[in-house]
Amino acid sequence: MTAPNHRWRQFKSAVVQVLTLACAILVITPLVLVFYHLVRLGFSSLNWAFFTQLPRAEGEVGGGMANAIAGTFILLAQAALVGLPIGVLGGIYLSEYGSSHGNWWIRFAADILNGVPSIIWGIVVYALLVVPMHGFSALAGGGVLGLMMIPLVMRTTEEVLQLVPGGYREAALALGIAKWKTIVQIVVRTALKGIVTGVLLALARVAGETAPLLFTALGNQYWAHKLTEPIAAMPLQIFIYAIGPYDDQHRQAWAGALVLLLLILAVNIGVRFLTRDRFQKPS
Amino acid sequence: MPPGEEQFIPQTRLEPRSELPAPAADAPALTVRNLSVYFGANHVLKQVSLDIAAHAVTAIIGPSGCGKSTFLRALNRMHELTPEAHIDGEIRLFGDDIYSRQVEPVVVRRRVGMVFQKSNPFPTMSVAENVTVGLRLNGIRGRKVLAERTEQSLRMAALWDEVKDRLHAPAVSLSGGQQQRLCIARALAVQPEVLLMDEPASALDPLATARIEDLIVQLKKDYTIVIVTHNMQQAARASDYTAFLYLGELVEFGTTTKIFTNPSQKRTEDYVTGRFG
Repeated sequence: MTAPNHRWRQFKSAVVQVLTLACAILVITPLVLVFYHLVRLGFSSLNWAFFTQLPRAEGEVGGGMANAIAGTFILLAQAALVGLPIGVLGGIYLSEYGSSHGNWWIRFAADILNGVPSIIWGIVVYALLVVPMHGFSALAGGGVLGLMMIPLVMRTTEEVLQLVPGGYREAALALGIAKWKTIVQIVVRTALKGIVTGVLLALARVAGETAPLLFTALGNQYWAHKLTEPIAAMPLQIFIYAIGPYDDQHRQAWAGALVLLLLILAVNIGVRFLTRDRFQKPS
Repeated sequence: MPPGEEQFIPQTRLEPRSELPAPAADAPALTVRNLSVYFGANHVLKQVSLDIAAHAVTAIIGPSGCGKSTFLRALNRMHELTPEAHIDGEIRLFGDDIYSRQVEPVVVRRRVGMVFQKSNPFPTMSVAENVTVGLRLNGIRGRKVLAERTEQSLRMAALWDEVKDRLHAPAVSLSGGQQQRLCIARALAVQPEVLLMDEPASALDPLATARIEDLIVQLKKDYTIVIVTHNMQQAARASDYTAFLYLGELVEFGTTTKIFTNPSQKRTEDYVTGRFG
């Protein structure tokens, strides 16, 4: 039994399928292109010196961005110190304590903050930390990245805690375990992988931020010896080299971009690995 | 007695035992007087009064939505997890008012344990860790005490022989029936005086259900048990007393034999013979 317009409907279905497939391919194309381009242009400039040496003076060939690589990790460590505890505890509040009315406002604020352009974060921290401290500093750079992490970590923490079945909370409370112990030892422990995933993804997000660091960490051609000094970071160094006039600077910028992308890719793949295990276990 | 133990026991009492008159041998474990429970404006349980005998099994039966689970949860203040719930009336546990202002719900729940319909062993913990979690998170650290209590609780829950060789395996690797008995062991490990069971076998196959029922009969030697069940045969087989709730009211309460063979209320008879519900 064939409807009269069977062919026409099949055709429409095929059109929609092809259209969505095309868009799906369009999503991964940029990643492939970016990666191909970076490997092609950056890989040849990657050498031991790149990871171990300071930048050379303008126009000189060679050198590396050891200080910027270290600087990125130092900034991320500071960001984690700010963003992890506040974000995770805030997420715990939203999921486990808050009233639905208050939560609506906190969630709303966090979602707005997640959408605030990063340069605005930079200006705010410039006014809050850089101006009072009379100078750009690693502290300000770590601070701004940490602040940007807070709403991200808070929302993902809340979401993964909400996935913990209520039965575990009830079971623990029915054993006469205090509420805060139930939250820390049962609920958070059950959702720990998800929380770690959220924190890592937030770190990967802010690792590539450039604009807020222009106003805070500033960048540094040398090693920073104190957290109150300006510090180099990979995105900043890439930015400086990319707009520089020399070919060798451009090569270094490509190499830096490749390393930064690989770092973020590594975190993402690590997270996939972490979460895969979780779904294999029966629960 | 190890030092940890001494600290723990006083915490589980509402007041030091010595200050209380010794309960009579046949004193009820729980006396419920004019208990009403509301969820917001919704009057779920209406003026229920009954005595729950110590060292006996009391079954609560009734059709869905009659307030069975609500009644059970009021007995250890678990209904307080629902923000809009509040109660009226009085519940005394061996004479102690569990809703007195000075009494924290945490203390009540250590004395009145609970097993849920859906088995819920903690997935991050091993079999042994699940058993001892209530002790460990209440400050008992002695390894010897914990090991002893693990074995004792698992034996009481009729699970020891099946899991003694894999105490450190993940709790979720056990079968459904074993997981439910593990949850019973976990509740027993904190040595409550009363054990509440909310349809503990409704998600299990007939064989596992039979094991749980045997276990309930065994446990009444040491514990007072209140069980909510949908399964009329289960109530008849496992319980000594039965309360029939209907639309939030206690229709009839008496020995299980009487409720099932010679109920005084028409509605009870209709329900236990399967004419409605």
